Amino acid sequence: MYSKEHREYLKKIKLKNFLIKFTQILIILLFIFIWQFAANHNLINTFISSSPKSILNTIINLYQDGSLFYHIWITFYEVLISFLIATIGGIIIATILWRYKFISKVIDPYLTILNSMPKVSLGPIIIIIAGAGTKSIIIMALFISIIITIINVHQAFISTDQNKIRLLKSFKAKPYQIYFKLILPSNYNNLINVCKVNIGLVFIGVIMGEFLVSKAGIGYLIMYGSQVFNLNLVMTGIILLAIMASLMYYFIVFIEKRLQK
Amino acid sequence: MDILKVKNLKKIYHTKTGEILAVDNFSLNLKQGEFVAIVGPSGCGKSTILSILCGLDKASSGSINIQKNLKFGYMLQGDNLFDWRTIYKNCLLGLELENNLTKENIKYVNQLLDTYGLKDFKKAYPNNLSGGMRQRVSLIRTLATKPDILFLDEPFSALDYQTRLAVSDDVYKIIKKEKKSAIMVTHDLSEAISMADKVIVLTNRPSKIKNIYEINLTNKSTPIQNRKAKEFSTYYDKIWKDIDYHV
Repeated sequence: MYSKEHREYLKKIKLKNFLIKFTQILIILLFIFIWQFAANHNLINTFISSSPKSILNTIINLYQDGSLFYHIWITFYEVLISFLIATIGGIIIATILWRYKFISKVIDPYLTILNSMPKVSLGPIIIIIAGAGTKSIIIMALFISIIITIINVHQAFISTDQNKIRLLKSFKAKPYQIYFKLILPSNYNNLINVCKVNIGLVFIGVIMGEFLVSKAGIGYLIMYGSQVFNLNLVMTGIILLAIMASLMYYFIVFIEKRLQK
Repeated sequence: MDILKVKNLKKIYHTKTGEILAVDNFSLNLKQGEFVAIVGPSGCGKSTILSILCGLDKASSGSINIQKNLKFGYMLQGDNLFDWRTIYKNCLLGLELENNLTKENIKYVNQLLDTYGLKDFKKAYPNNLSGGMRQRVSLIRTLATKPDILFLDEPFSALDYQTRLAVSDDVYKIIKKEKKSAIMVTHDLSEAISMADKVIVLTNRPSKIKNIYEINLTNKSTPIQNRKAKEFSTYYDKIWKDIDYHV
């Protein structure tokens, strides 16, 4: 049993955490409430700003005609494919750059140029080459996320503690052993962070791609909504996106915690 | 019997702005079971010599003769334990790299851990160990591959003074008990005198041998005891003068 002081200390921490959660939920509820209240009393123009109720109705309508999960699935599928290719591909390319310094030195300025260039400008070219379809969207998302993945992962790899590398070399370790025994496990946190950043970037790419070419997906809903001045649809799309992106983010956090055990 | 003979070792480092002669004309003979310490001013190239001896660096000229089938173990500054591995797994690292995880070797590692007070910590992670214990783990990791000669590169420099004394005592006993030969680089003169059978004093860069002292202490035993020997301060003064520190 703990001392009285310690129990009070634990209680205090619990209370603090509860207050934080409580305030967080309060803010979102209050926000929805004020929004709906302002809409009901014509304080805001619901044609432009929509309202929680009409967003809910839109979602229900989409669900009833069966297109809600279709659009979500399309976007989710595009995000997942691009995320997997960007993350795994990025790590593989970063590994090659880590292993062969010559290639990394040669390719460095090109990576910098590609990284600083606004990737949207490649949109038209991608569409012409890959066609107006899912392929273009995935390529777009890849361009946005893979370059920064390569740069970040490579940077993390080459910042690995040199003394530990010397230690492994003193045991006559081969490069692949250094990679699997040291480089990968010691950069575990960096890799998880890259995944977290990538989820956000891939979403940007996919939605941008859907704006440009798509016939389905959340980005398409938003674009279509804005063209026919159905702002309810636009807002619905944005909220669906927010939910999807945070769910995927928390999924990675969940995996991270799982692996740490 | 000399198990390691180094003759006229020379090392030049090349940089864009010029070349630096780090080590010049360094020779050394190591006997079976002998403990040699190399001291010198900081930055004089002591560590370079060890890197060359264990093959991490290439000498510019000179010869290194090693008796057949001798194995090296290298212990460098800091313990360099892998945080994501348990103590047990850390100790097996060298064997894993050599693809040498035989039953016999694993038994040997377990035996070392048991003998040197880490029995209850096999499943712990390095973060939960004190600096001294970590250093012991690092030594066991090196010993696990059964090296004949140990190269110690300022192995205790990351520790605070008290721990350092205790750990050097520890490490010394382990090395002697496992009957290993060792070459230690350090900038701590008392550490060198209290642990080594022979102290080699190097000059400022480029490192050349300034003096070699055979350390003969009355009642020679463990490093902490050795510090009390009456010859200790004589050796200290001589080496101090050799190194010629000036601020």
